[in-house]
Amino acid sequence: MLKLIDKILDSIQALGNASLGRLQALGRAGVFLLSSLMWGGPGSAGFGDLVKQIYSIGVRSLSIIIVAGFFVGMVLGLQGYTILSDFGSEAALGTMVSLTLLRELGPVVTALLFAGRAGSALTAEIGLMKATEQISAMEMMGVDPLKRIITPRLWAGFISMPILALLFSLVGIWGGAYVGINMLGVDEGAYWGNMQASVEFYDDIIKGLIKSLVFGLVVTWIAVYQGFDSIPTSEGISKATTQTVVVASLAVLGLDFVLTAIMLGSI
Amino acid sequence: MSSEEAFVSIRGMSFSRGNRLIFNNIDLDIPRGKVTAIMGPSGTGKTTLLRLIGGQILPDVGTIEVDGHNVPTLKRTQLFELRKKSMGMLFQSGALFTDLSVFDNVAFPIRLHSDLPESMVRDLVLMKLEAVGLRGARDLMPAELSGGMARRVALARSVALDPEMILYDEPFTGLDPISLGITVKLIKSLNDALSLTSVLVTHDVEEACTIADYVCLLSEGGVIGFDTPENLIENGSEQVRQFMQGKPDGPVPFHFPANDFSEDLLKGVK
Repeated sequence: MLKLIDKILDSIQALGNASLGRLQALGRAGVFLLSSLMWGGPGSAGFGDLVKQIYSIGVRSLSIIIVAGFFVGMVLGLQGYTILSDFGSEAALGTMVSLTLLRELGPVVTALLFAGRAGSALTAEIGLMKATEQISAMEMMGVDPLKRIITPRLWAGFISMPILALLFSLVGIWGGAYVGINMLGVDEGAYWGNMQASVEFYDDIIKGLIKSLVFGLVVTWIAVYQGFDSIPTSEGISKATTQTVVVASLAVLGLDFVLTAIMLGSI
Repeated sequence: MSSEEAFVSIRGMSFSRGNRLIFNNIDLDIPRGKVTAIMGPSGTGKTTLLRLIGGQILPDVGTIEVDGHNVPTLKRTQLFELRKKSMGMLFQSGALFTDLSVFDNVAFPIRLHSDLPESMVRDLVLMKLEAVGLRGARDLMPAELSGGMARRVALARSVALDPEMILYDEPFTGLDPISLGITVKLIKSLNDALSLTSVLVTHDVEEACTIADYVCLLSEGGVIGFDTPENLIENGSEQVRQFMQGKPDGPVPFHFPANDFSEDLLKGVK
């Protein structure tokens, strides 16, 4: 009986320790973000560094975003046509594809692809810089690595994500049009006309962009923090890279619900 | 040694990692303008001592004064200022920035910490690279360098801002005899020419004794000897002589602390 009580107490203690550990990590990550942003605006470490990071994070993600956007748009076109044609509303295909992409799929799928492509690369890069003592070397030169390494990457992610999400939606709308108009025979005028009539600049485009900005900051924050906080061994970096993709993806999906609820006025 | 001015002064410093005590209340003075070699068996905390002096990790208790500043109590910005003015460090791996060329690696601290025109930065970098014999390699990337060359570029970078003290972490490890000889000579000549204070962590007794003015021997959480190399070899304690002469038997333990071997073998799994 005493052994059982001991085991239960041990389990409670382990749970408490794990919870405290998570809270501490969250606190460290918060301080890390604030310290990095304290260094100032996008060009605080030099615009050259920022441009280099935007190229590495944003431009190099273009191919995956464009290809994925086109396929997602094509699938939306196919599925949308099948559903709408049951009600004789094929003409609303343009509205359906564009609103789905601009409000939800554009920001969310872009953020998920971004976490897998750029987020994992950021974590691995910073983790390896730590393992090869490049970060320590920078510190010993009197250079703050938060300013030189983290701040430009955070801003690059923040700037790149909304542009990538807009491109994803744009290419997706073309993909939907290609399938709907060229393959399934939806009227071209109805597709584009209904889209223009139903898409609102503030309610659809700006709100989608706000989501992208939030996702950009959160995904990049998670990626750089995981790299900076990683154990500098091959196993540690591998674990941190996996953590980045898992945590960032879940954070994007969870935040999407919260942001959507706020934007729709449900919360 | 006590008559010389100390550049680094450590008092009552203890440091532990987990449950393991690495340093137990140690006192140590590193004299200004001299080459001091820190030696000792593996796992005694030689590199940890360098990191404590550089402020990269904090002691549990005690003071570590560098040029009169107590490093553990400095604010982040003050610590960076002190490092910029007074310290350079040569890492075991070189720690070159892999996305920058040899030239840009050496120019990195100069560009960040000075407003010098690019033409002057170029001259300074070429002077530093000439000193380590790698002026011709300025356009190479770190991946194109051998281990010895990378170490020499890192040495040029660590003296780029003319610091008052350089911390060398295992500078001789893995070097071929020629690179080893050149590195030993470089460390000594840089120290003398620039009136630096050099702190050298190494296992290489022979090479260290040729250039070090003082040797500090660490073992079991404390300083077991601090003197000139000659005095340590001749008059040191049994522990000190065992290490300096590389004897397998003696009071310095070779094994990491563990329970009885036969008991361990009979215990079964794990």
